[in-house]
Amino acid sequence: MTEAPLLSVRGLAKHYQTRGATLKILQDISFDIAKGEVVGLVGESGSGKTTIGRSVLRLIEPSAGAVVFDGDDLTTLSGGELRRRRPRMQYIFQDPYASLSPRMTIGEILTEGLKIQGIGSRAERLERARKALEQVELPPDAINRYAHEFSGGQRQRIGIARALTLAPDFIVADEPVSALDVSIQAQVVNLMRDLQQRLGLTMLFISHDLAVVEYICDRVIVLYLGRIMEIATSEDLYARPQHPYTQALMSAIPSPDPDLARKREILKGDIPSPANPPSGCVFRTRCPKALDACAAAVPQLREVAPGHVKACIRDDIGYPEP
Amino acid sequence: MPASPSSSGPLARATGRFLLNRAALVGVALLLPLLAAVLTYPLWMPYRPNDIDLLAMNAAPSAAHWFGTDGVGRDVLARTLEGGRISLLVAVSSVVLSTAIGFLVGAVSAFGGRFADALAMRSVDLAMTLPPVIFLLVLASIVGSGIWSTVVVIALLSWPVLSRMIRARLLELREREFVMASRGMGAGIGHLLFRHGLPNSIDILVVYATLQVANAILLEAGLSFLGLGVPPPAASWGNMLNAARSTAVLEQYPWQWLFPGGALVLAVLAINFIGDGLRDAFDPRVDLN
Repeated sequence: MTEAPLLSVRGLAKHYQTRGATLKILQDISFDIAKGEVVGLVGESGSGKTTIGRSVLRLIEPSAGAVVFDGDDLTTLSGGELRRRRPRMQYIFQDPYASLSPRMTIGEILTEGLKIQGIGSRAERLERARKALEQVELPPDAINRYAHEFSGGQRQRIGIARALTLAPDFIVADEPVSALDVSIQAQVVNLMRDLQQRLGLTMLFISHDLAVVEYICDRVIVLYLGRIMEIATSEDLYARPQHPYTQALMSAIPSPDPDLARKREILKGDIPSPANPPSGCVFRTRCPKALDACAAAVPQLREVAPGHVKACIRDDIGYPEP
Repeated sequence: MPASPSSSGPLARATGRFLLNRAALVGVALLLPLLAAVLTYPLWMPYRPNDIDLLAMNAAPSAAHWFGTDGVGRDVLARTLEGGRISLLVAVSSVVLSTAIGFLVGAVSAFGGRFADALAMRSVDLAMTLPPVIFLLVLASIVGSGIWSTVVVIALLSWPVLSRMIRARLLELREREFVMASRGMGAGIGHLLFRHGLPNSIDILVVYATLQVANAILLEAGLSFLGLGVPPPAASWGNMLNAARSTAVLEQYPWQWLFPGGALVLAVLAINFIGDGLRDAFDPRVDLN
């Protein structure tokens, strides 16, 4: 990558102060996304995926760190300056039921962003709403209906259309298909991939579904308890996972071939509480390959292959041979 | 695609549910003729409310004076209708005022950050801890009597409850994803408040306003009865009752308090029926059945 990345996240952290404890939801998150790239963000429930997605767009305020979007640090912008840049970056929500207002027609929902930004006349805005509906393969007469008249998959398409009306460069897609039926998931994932390629979108794709991530993403970030464990291109990550956590995740992907019954690594226990994370490497309490040294210091991300970084002190664990 | 050809919004569905509520329809059936009579009486009444018929003082109901006359020979029907005008005017304007105050205080509280929230809610606490009757008496004696000061007094007394309900609703709304989506598109506080806050609080506002109209009619009557509300010779239901409070009138000329009192009870009852009906109609749980 010679070109400057479109999005550059440095040392992002999010802490919540509760009575008697500080919840460290995110710590020291740094990554880049190049223009036109689709980066996956995977991790189990509670690892902080959604918090990253929302902090990056400053829908919630990060506690520390910088989010540089096309040269501007979003975390230091004033409210008005941030609002002017909002159209360039949009968010697609996980829950297609909660993310559409029950009191607005689809037309009102789709023209809301344009109206806020003062773009176009009423007729022009409606025209753009119709175009957005077309892009997500919904009929134009949907414009006068209410969200409750649509199925989950259709609602998610409306959510995607809403993000597209402002013609963004960058989209954070927060588990856009995990609330949908499996049969609908493929449609929506394909739609998102088409749109990404056709419109040249840059995307942060949050998911816990490793198969979907492999299909749609160029690079993947693996998250555990608010820290990055490993970053690699999807190809590299799925073929040669280097971090014990990623290896455990990969072995959990069901294989359609019963003869190829892989040796499964089942992780013991649950993800620890962010109020009291383990010292050193946060994964060491569940890691099958942990050493005493793992408790001593937080492992830094280091390059183990070109474009492939991991936060693990062990070099002697390659990837498990099939 | 959904089968239904016509789209109905949440408001249309609430209206449909309201029309199925029998008590609420009875309320409407009582209130509409009353309102019509109160609003149109100058067109068909032969008497003005302050016309004095010296030949018929304290006259019992008759063909000439359907509701009888009072101690100085004024027609009780004309005064009851005029009193209805004043009472309803006072009630409706005070409710408009208190709804606006309540909504804005609740909105500032929910969207204005921690400090504004604390300030607004402590003033609500303060307003609610004051004993209402004494508060009313003090306020009324400061601003004096008269129609508009009565409106102000009633409004200042009734907004705190609404602002708490609005705050609770908006706090919940603020975390909803469609509101976050709106913020993500660059919405400022004005847009959030009037495009999301207001439509999503409309049920609270309508129900509050309706029930509060009934409450305000009673408060006005109470104030006027104590001599602090609408001053005579203007008629209001409250000061008509006040004028009829002597034992002699109570016993010998019951029409002088029976009719304004009856109109008052009827109006309050009808409005309460309607308010209950609206509350049920807006209840989202009804849709689950």
